[in-house]
Amino acid sequence: MSCHTHFGYPQRPEVADIVTHASFNDPSCEVGKEIYMSVALSAQDISRALTRISHEILEKNHGSSDITVLGIPTRGAHLAARIAAIMSSIEGKDIAHGTLDITLYRDDLRLRAPRAIMPTSIPPTGIQGRDVILIDDVLYSGRTIRAALDALGEVGRPRTVQLAVLVDRGHRQLPIRADFVGKNLPTSEKQSIRVALTEIDGVDEVVIEGEAN
Amino acid sequence: MSALRYLLKGGQILGGKAADLLIADGRIAEISASISDKDATVIELKGSIVLPGLVDLHTHLREPGREDSETVASASRAGAKGGFTALSAMANTSPVADTAGVVEQVYRLGQEAGFVDVFPIGAVTQGLHGEQLSEIGAMADSVARVRVFSDDGNCVFDPLVMRRALEYIKKFDGVIAQHAQEPRLTVGSQMNEGIISSKLGLKGWPAIAEEAIIARDVLLADHVQSRLHICHVTTAGGVEIIRWAKARGIQVTAEVTPHHLLLTDDLASSYDPVFKVNPPLRTSKDVMALREALADGTIDIVATDHAPHTNETKDCEWAEASFGMIGLETALSIVNKTMVGSGLMDWAAVADRMSTAPARIGRYSNHGQSLTVGSAAHITVINPTKSWVVDRDLVVSKSRNTPYHGYELPGLVTHTFFGGRATMLDSKVIDKVVQK
Amino acid sequence: MRHLLSINDLSAIDAIGILDTATELARINDGQVKKLPTLRGRTIVNLFAEDSTRTRISFEAAAKRLSADVINFSAKGSSLSKGESLKDTAQTLQAMGADAVVIRHSASGAAQRLADLEWMSGSVINAGDGTHEHPSQALLDAFTIRKHLGKGASDLTGLRVAIVGDVLHSRVARSNVLLLSMLGADVVLVAPPTLLPVGVESWPATISYDFDSVIPNVDAIMMLRVQQERMTDLFFPNSREYSRYFGLNSERMSAMAKHAIVMHPGPMNRGLEIAADVADSARSVIVEQVTNGVNVRMAILYVLLAGGPLEVGSN
Repeated sequence: MSCHTHFGYPQRPEVADIVTHASFNDPSCEVGKEIYMSVALSAQDISRALTRISHEILEKNHGSSDITVLGIPTRGAHLAARIAAIMSSIEGKDIAHGTLDITLYRDDLRLRAPRAIMPTSIPPTGIQGRDVILIDDVLYSGRTIRAALDALGEVGRPRTVQLAVLVDRGHRQLPIRADFVGKNLPTSEKQSIRVALTEIDGVDEVVIEGEAN
Repeated sequence: MSALRYLLKGGQILGGKAADLLIADGRIAEISASISDKDATVIELKGSIVLPGLVDLHTHLREPGREDSETVASASRAGAKGGFTALSAMANTSPVADTAGVVEQVYRLGQEAGFVDVFPIGAVTQGLHGEQLSEIGAMADSVARVRVFSDDGNCVFDPLVMRRALEYIKKFDGVIAQHAQEPRLTVGSQMNEGIISSKLGLKGWPAIAEEAIIARDVLLADHVQSRLHICHVTTAGGVEIIRWAKARGIQVTAEVTPHHLLLTDDLASSYDPVFKVNPPLRTSKDVMALREALADGTIDIVATDHAPHTNETKDCEWAEASFGMIGLETALSIVNKTMVGSGLMDWAAVADRMSTAPARIGRYSNHGQSLTVGSAAHITVINPTKSWVVDRDLVVSKSRNTPYHGYELPGLVTHTFFGGRATMLDSKVIDKVVQK
Repeated sequence: MRHLLSINDLSAIDAIGILDTATELARINDGQVKKLPTLRGRTIVNLFAEDSTRTRISFEAAAKRLSADVINFSAKGSSLSKGESLKDTAQTLQAMGADAVVIRHSASGAAQRLADLEWMSGSVINAGDGTHEHPSQALLDAFTIRKHLGKGASDLTGLRVAIVGDVLHSRVARSNVLLLSMLGADVVLVAPPTLLPVGVESWPATISYDFDSVIPNVDAIMMLRVQQERMTDLFFPNSREYSRYFGLNSERMSAMAKHAIVMHPGPMNRGLEIAADVADSARSVIVEQVTNGVNVRMAILYVLLAGGPLEVGSN
């Protein structure tokens, strides 16, 4: 009489949506189309950028005593852990860090199938009156960060909220800007940026792919 | 009555050799290899099967009392559409047909409609309450000449009442048609008791509630030497008991509905109450046993148990819905599909199960005479090469509760003749011209 | 349109996804955040044609914590109790614009009829239909079992659960048997023979009439409510005999494995199927089931309503 389709509930996103090394030479890639693929950041570039960002954060905030680093899952969370580790080795003490999942605050939920909710873990020191450093891999329209600000607002009232991203690719749709940027990569909207991190993807690199214009 | 002549050319008589058949003055005038008659309307029937007019021993006409779902007239038209020339009006109307007055009224309505002979069935007990015998004699002696008595809808559950009824009808050459359902085992039952009902959370109607009554009643019929008919047998166990009884010479006959020859209880999984019926759809094991029994004659007849219901009583949750399916218009196609198509029966056997035998059980002397020269021209034609898709919005009956909506059925009933009058030509019902 | 009418509507992955989502939501709810904007602007109708306070409040709390608007329609004193058909009630509520209907009804299959016949658009969530199913209860039960006994695994493989009581009339039992076995648990049904349905042999569970032999070997015991009416309907002689053979009293509780937990979907008949001190004991997770219920129902609403139409092959 009627079809009840399974939800097709998504599993946590893993390697499926990124280009790995192997597929660069994949003969099944489309032929006859001008596909532009290039490595924008190598593993070394990423490492240097994260180190620089870590120093910049500490400099701007006069040390780490009031800082809480929160990464936005999935890759932002790993970057946050790395940045916290770097800052910790610079300062010689532990840095408060955790994750902030923004899925439930997104404004575009209805446009796609339901997304899995990622863990949110606020460190014991909390965010009240502290300087929160949000970490994400790519800054694009700004909507993710808007959702993160809403999510933070439910948790408490930080003194400041600052934003550090590995890549800023432009095309903002909201008045949002990053305080700390690994690399500015101007792109066209037809292109896409793929960030690969060792913790998930087995390799560190940032790739631009797609037609240039 | 105008003296219409029809020449049916080239149809296979009872599924046998092709021949021509001439209808004149309401009778079968001639059957032979080639007939010519310049006054007759010629109907080409090459490839079609010519059967005696179908006789239904179990029909719910709903009038008097529930005319919103069906009337004698609308049911008669639906019967003509299905190839029937005789219907038996079950007694569970409102008021119940337990007096001569009601049965004569139903009889007259059937005559007025003029599509089929309507033979009223009389209730066994007053008001169908199962306590006091109804006026069986008065009904038998009335214009309606009732011979079949049934409380169908209800079971005559009290063994003493059943015994007395079986004894009493002997005086009137009657037969008690029992709706076998032990009430204590089926309180609130919704569907067959089994794996499906346990999954669906619907209260079960166990097979033994039917079998226990059949067993009791065949023994009673034997003890008092009377005629018993079992309505709508649905279980393999019931079939075995009837087979045993017949082997001992007990005067028991039995019927099966078309839907119990085809449909099974897993259809209830949709919770669509179009599949809710009493007695319920059962398992494929039961369906197979019923088909074999109909083929070997353990089950004597096919009867539709045509049960019209208005939309509101089916357009709701299962537990709230009425029990029953319409079936006059699809009966012969279903029998074609399940029995002839599967090779279990030939058309001559179909004629026996759907015309000769029911007429004999009901004592309908003017029907079921097979296709013999001189007999009344009650004739049904089916074209087995044509299939058709059932559309509930196009049914002739007043109600739309058919379980076959959207199904394609093999075999289309094309022509029906009732006493020589064409009640259906080319699958279109022909209404009477009112003569002043 | 996506519906949750039966556990059969879910794959194991779907079910685990709901449990995982509920786990995250529980963490959020335990913190300061009590309200999420996720379903802002959506309207959810609670169509409760059968009395139930706890399930209705649970769904209502879940919907409100996701900022959805809730319309409550209960049978008592409504047009439904005066004979208005389910169909008419549904079409009236539809005219008010509902994104989802949470329906509880005394007729098995009522939720499916609502979904199939499309008297209302929007998702249909079965909150208990007759004796058929109660999917959200099974999900919160699985969540509870996983939380206490799961040892970090995503499913329930290797766990043994006993469901005890009136299985014949229990939609909670039906949904739980389907879900727990789907997630890898072994289920044993314990009941007097009169309260097991014909056809139960085909269920993915074993059967026992002997409660005492089952108790030491299971990780969770789920007691089902036994209604007093079952005695007049000849299912067992009287409550004394029922309790003697199938009641969870302190003596039986002490025979349980050390880690094993006691569950009950509620409402309880203290003294009939479960002794008061067992219900209040440290092993009992009955009160926690209620909290888990809100989180699991939030997860269900999120999965059904937050996303847009499913894309084939979407990740």
